[in-house]
Amino acid sequence: MTESTALYDIPGPHARRRHLLYGLVSTVVILALAGWFLYLLFDTEQFTSTKWSPFLYEGIQELLLEGLGNTLKAFAYASVLSLALGAVLGAGRLSEHRVLRWTSTLLVEFFRAMPVLVMIFFIFVALKVQPLPALVAGLTLYNGSVLAEVFRTGIHAVARGQGEAAYALGMRKTQVMTYVLVPQAVRAMLPAIISQLVVALKDTSLGFLITYEEFLHAGKLIASNLDYDLPFIPVVLVISPIYIGMCMLLSWFATWVARRERRSPKTKAVDVAPAEPGTLLPGAQ
Amino acid sequence: MDVLTDNFSLYGEGFLGTVELTVYASALALVLGFVMASFRVAPVGSFRVFGTVWVTVLRNTPLTLLFFAVMLGLPRFGLVLPFEVFAVLALGCYTSAFVCEVLRSGINTVPRGQGEAARSLGMTFTQTLGAVVLPQAFRTVIPPIGSTLIALAKNSAIAGAFSVTELLGTYKTLSELGYNIVWTFVWIAVGYLIITLTISALFHVLEKRWGVAR
Repeated sequence: MTESTALYDIPGPHARRRHLLYGLVSTVVILALAGWFLYLLFDTEQFTSTKWSPFLYEGIQELLLEGLGNTLKAFAYASVLSLALGAVLGAGRLSEHRVLRWTSTLLVEFFRAMPVLVMIFFIFVALKVQPLPALVAGLTLYNGSVLAEVFRTGIHAVARGQGEAAYALGMRKTQVMTYVLVPQAVRAMLPAIISQLVVALKDTSLGFLITYEEFLHAGKLIASNLDYDLPFIPVVLVISPIYIGMCMLLSWFATWVARRERRSPKTKAVDVAPAEPGTLLPGAQ
Repeated sequence: MDVLTDNFSLYGEGFLGTVELTVYASALALVLGFVMASFRVAPVGSFRVFGTVWVTVLRNTPLTLLFFAVMLGLPRFGLVLPFEVFAVLALGCYTSAFVCEVLRSGINTVPRGQGEAARSLGMTFTQTLGAVVLPQAFRTVIPPIGSTLIALAKNSAIAGAFSVTELLGTYKTLSELGYNIVWTFVWIAVGYLIITLTISALFHVLEKRWGVAR
């Protein structure tokens, strides 16, 4: 333990021995749980060769890769479009025209309050759109609205003096925005934006529920194959590390950017928000 | 308009299903999140590692994947429970990771001096955390916990797609009965708005009662 915390004293020899004991006991308990889980896997015959054989076939590997490609495609579309929508709605919320401001506030609040899945189902079922556009549209509306809030708070986080100085130099509204506020704000917002993109990546899996042929869908196809003795657990064991790994990479990237930005002199006039995917929820400030 | 009046019981059933899911999963998420948050600040290394792994993995898991694994995977181990219980488990575990992070950052907002003062009075780790730090942290975490629970209520819609009775799932029956699909969704949306607005009103009251500006 290198950093000291205010919650407990730096342990002496007695406490250290006690902590070691706790640590050993809990490690044993955790390992026992993991062992039990493994035993269950073996006991229910999840490691038989029939159940793992499908992954040897090229057709099935291609199916999985295609699913992964479709997931990434939906993610790419959704992230680009939601960044654009977020910029538009964010600009609307910062506008000086009352009508524009009110409309975009209404839209942002509404789409943030609705479950994404309800929007996706509405577009898919009621408007009878193909799965991919429905998924992308639903994700765009939700993440765009959240990003609009990120943009707005980011612009507000730039020190007041920056905008005032630019106005004093005789710059116009648009110039102040594009030359002074946005360049500084974007650097500071980058971690929050990337964290929101992690949410978008996670939510592409909702496409599974509207029969979009993404990664999870490919997995389901393999898992429900009787020829391989319904290899459900193997499929989960293969798919989840890939999914979780992708999201983790993106999350770590956000944290890395945040740490880099906090040291950078270019963001001095802005409070850099820490990268926390969990806090970008409606009502969280 | 008559979509609602004709099918009031169906909507009511779905609405109650969503409320039930939300309440049970919130309780589970709060308890688990609390346990994990105390693990993450504990002096014992293996607890900290366990808490960190739990939070990192669950925060980066797509909820659909978790539902998929829990709902269709656990029965393979001979664990047969009603779908509602599985849904509560998946939602609760998923949200507990977010609750844990909120609590941990809440603990970090309590000034160091408070913990140090408690220690210098000879309090143990449990006493410091339970009697001094957490009561203060509780006041700052009310709004973020509220938004986490709102997200939980919204996420419960996914359970509907895995054949649990809840609000979004009602659209299937209604469209089979031939009702106007747009109005069906409008009333579903209203149902979700009622739930999320109730939660945010509740937390607004809590915030007024106990919250402090720091």
